[in-house]
Amino acid sequence: MLLRHTSNDIKERKALTINPAKTCQPIGAMYAALGIHKCLPHSHGSQGCYAYHRSTLTRHYKEPVMAATSAFTEGASVFGGQANLLQAINNIFSVYEPEVIAVHTTCLSETIGDDIPQIIAKARDEGKIPAGKYVIHANTPSYVGTHVTGFANMVKGMVDYFAQANGHKENWINIIPGYVEPCDMEEIKRIAGELGVPSIMFPDTSEVLNGPQTGRFHMFPAGGVTTADLIRTGAAVGTVALGRLASGPAARALDTKCKVPCEILDLPIGLQATDAFIDTMRQIAGVTVPDSLNIERGRLLDVITDMHQYFFGRKVALAGDPDQLIALTQFLVDIDMCPIHIVTGTPGKKFEARIKEITKEVPYPVNVRAGGDMFLLHQWIRNERVDLLMGNTYLKYVARDEDIPLVRCGFPILDRIGHSYFPTVGYRGGLRLLEKILDAILDRQDRDAPEERFELVM
Amino acid sequence: MATLNPEELNSPVLEIDAEAVKKELLEKYPTKVARKRAKQIVINEIDPEGAVPEIQSNVRTTPGLIGQRGCTYAGCKGVVLGPTRDIVNITHGPIGCGFYSWLTRRNQTKPKGPDDHNFMMYCFSTDMQEEQIVFGGEKKLKQAIQEAYDLFKPKAIGVFATCPVGLIGDDVHAVAREMKEKLGDCNVFGFSCEGYKGVSQSAGHHIANNGVFSHIVGLDDLVREGKFKINMLGEYNIGGDAFEIERLFEDCGITLISTFSGNSSYDNFANSHTADLNLIMCHRSINYVAEMMETKFGIPWIKVNFIGAEATAKSLRKIAAYFENPELTGKVEEVIDREMPAVEQVREEVKAKCQGKRAMLFVGGSRAHHYQELFREIGMETIAAGYEFAHRDDYEGRQVLPGLKVDADSRNIEELHVDADPERYRPRVSPEQIARLEESGLKLKDYAGMMQEMKSGALVIDDISQFETEKLIDLYRPDIICAGIKEKYAIQKSGVPMKQLHSYDSGGPYAGFRGAINFWREIDRMVNSKVWKYLKAPWQENPELAAKYVWE
Repeated sequence: MLLRHTSNDIKERKALTINPAKTCQPIGAMYAALGIHKCLPHSHGSQGCYAYHRSTLTRHYKEPVMAATSAFTEGASVFGGQANLLQAINNIFSVYEPEVIAVHTTCLSETIGDDIPQIIAKARDEGKIPAGKYVIHANTPSYVGTHVTGFANMVKGMVDYFAQANGHKENWINIIPGYVEPCDMEEIKRIAGELGVPSIMFPDTSEVLNGPQTGRFHMFPAGGVTTADLIRTGAAVGTVALGRLASGPAARALDTKCKVPCEILDLPIGLQATDAFIDTMRQIAGVTVPDSLNIERGRLLDVITDMHQYFFGRKVALAGDPDQLIALTQFLVDIDMCPIHIVTGTPGKKFEARIKEITKEVPYPVNVRAGGDMFLLHQWIRNERVDLLMGNTYLKYVARDEDIPLVRCGFPILDRIGHSYFPTVGYRGGLRLLEKILDAILDRQDRDAPEERFELVM
Repeated sequence: MATLNPEELNSPVLEIDAEAVKKELLEKYPTKVARKRAKQIVINEIDPEGAVPEIQSNVRTTPGLIGQRGCTYAGCKGVVLGPTRDIVNITHGPIGCGFYSWLTRRNQTKPKGPDDHNFMMYCFSTDMQEEQIVFGGEKKLKQAIQEAYDLFKPKAIGVFATCPVGLIGDDVHAVAREMKEKLGDCNVFGFSCEGYKGVSQSAGHHIANNGVFSHIVGLDDLVREGKFKINMLGEYNIGGDAFEIERLFEDCGITLISTFSGNSSYDNFANSHTADLNLIMCHRSINYVAEMMETKFGIPWIKVNFIGAEATAKSLRKIAAYFENPELTGKVEEVIDREMPAVEQVREEVKAKCQGKRAMLFVGGSRAHHYQELFREIGMETIAAGYEFAHRDDYEGRQVLPGLKVDADSRNIEELHVDADPERYRPRVSPEQIARLEESGLKLKDYAGMMQEMKSGALVIDDISQFETEKLIDLYRPDIICAGIKEKYAIQKSGVPMKQLHSYDSGGPYAGFRGAINFWREIDRMVNSKVWKYLKAPWQENPELAAKYVWE
């Protein structure tokens, strides 16, 4: 057994986290910053931080992940990182020539209290920031919140630095896609396009972290929201923010700063959340939903009805991030599956309340924990077995030990591809999720069926 | 066969002018940066005395340049202690550091039985919150150690400090001492491996060496059976390398007491001072333990290299030469004879397809050296190489050590003062024996470094940057580049195959005889892959239009 020391006996732990279902803020900030066109994320800390974040993002995307660091040594940690950041800004603009440097902090620079806006101002005064170029920042202390918080903070940073009201409302909608995959962002843009609604999406990592092989490396790939578009977000008629935790803060900041009203919705994963997204877009923009989307919705429903017998009553355990888990749990309940163990490492009582509300008709006791870990999830599973696991790659150890099929979703996925190419948002994404769930369940049924009950038609 | 003769070493590496390349690498840098990088980019030249040029290394990375290096915590918790399976390694800090170093290095381990401890699949962290940053984290750390002990009853618990821990003044050593006392039957020890210490992972290796040596080595005096007892140092069992080396030792009748730290166990560390010889694979990450074990217990060390079939044979012969035992020598020759036919067959087959192709290696503190041998054995030439975090001795050889200046960053890393153990110091070889061994060509405590074995005119680049990597690809179009995960896809997007030599991508083992076969097949697969032929679609190859909608 790989996780041979995980016992059934659950003891409440106060200090020790085992097998976390979260990571730290800066990686989320780095990911978000990669969604700005011609932007180099910059980690203001020791070089280990950016090395770890780049490695993890690279393993997840199998794509180049470019970012820089202030490379703190002991001296910088004692005297402050100003000199390092000034030097970094100068070197980055000289050597790599990005349009934007997006600085995020780390536990190190936060603990010593570096004042990033002051350092940026100094860099500007000293002529280290070329004309027409930008240095933006977000505070992302690793000891507060999680990678989701870091993503949210950097997206809010984009609003703080760029968004400008122009006195009247233009006919486009801002879409903040949430902490989702590049292909999900692409799919959300496609849906907006189908609706005929002009939109600005930020951040937008499509064509950054799912780029083509062309035989040429581009430090700054084709994708990403442009700074011109980021400035225009302040003049939009409204903002649709997907995922309360990841997108809410930026949407509210736009409202405060530029009086752009916002609708904060669940991530459009599954039937109901996609319905809500499309319905909201329709109403804000005053458009009619085209048949193309009705057909997509109908196909998703069709598969649910066709294969309902395989979903019905199956127990599921999930680990992941709150925004994803809320939408996913709702989708599972909608297709009559039974999510019974749900863990996120991200703290928040609202999450627990929301999951309890969504699962209130599930005919089993439901365990939910915000600020939990995968060790606890595993213990729950050992006490009450499930038919399916959904979560990131680390769950494969539980899957193997307990012999339970795993559908990979969330972050990070280190051992399979697909997550950056095939969306899980929208009706088409819902179809893909169902396909993956069915593959897992039916492969297991095929493997375990006695010879006399082995089925050709399923 | 695999070692270059002097004539070859001095033949120019390429038609490209290395001086011009160096100039181009530096051209775009701001003046101060260029001046610094100029000392870290060196054109190799071996003078008749065997001396090589000086290269600046183990110095601070320039902020903003984008390089390969990680931090001290990564070197300590990730590299050296990461492969240990029966120590509960608790990261004291915010969640990220523990999370990123959780199972990502492909260290394999095989506990003896189903009930033996194996914590490698677990990540343990105190998950420090703002409250601890403000009021201190020692209380939470103590509680975490207690909880780990209550849940798992491990033999040992290691505590690893991350950046904020040092800044807020948590004393991981004091906490470890207190908890060790309190728990009674569990060895608890701390590592001050805050990420900002030193200039790279290298500082973390040193800190890990100090900790393992002070807190574990020598705790168990039981003398195990076996004639030729050795420790294997600096072998981390990436992709199963240590398993292949263990197989060879077993077949040769060599008793492996402990590996530091691939496929290792706590008990073996504790017992390692009973060995009669230390073998060093990765000189950079582990030479400190070897040096300290020699001073305290009298165990000499030799540098070995199990990367490459010839290198493996040579290393096994070195071990046999040290023990001066005909039976062992016979066994070693027998094993080499047994293994080589299969190796030769594949080598010839692959060499026919790879001969003349050119590689670049920018990785680690020893691999950029070791793997040149494997490439050379199939006729591939290394035209540029460099380390990520090595020191001058790894480049130029240990003879530079006495003259090395210790800068402020290195001074921060503790040098343990070690004396001979009053009871247990036992020199394994007499001065006469040392002289005799040297005469026969076996030098103890010797590492000649990477540059001695590279051609004149080859570029040697320390702590290479992203910018320099891109330039080199443009200027040389190498057939393959070896580096790490962060570099991988940028290189491959340029149309050049890239092999990871930290984690081996999904491959391995590459050590030993079977490892050489695996590596050659892998390199053949990569440099001769047909996928690179498909980069252009037909309409990009021939964009001119002939006719519309005409079928003939």
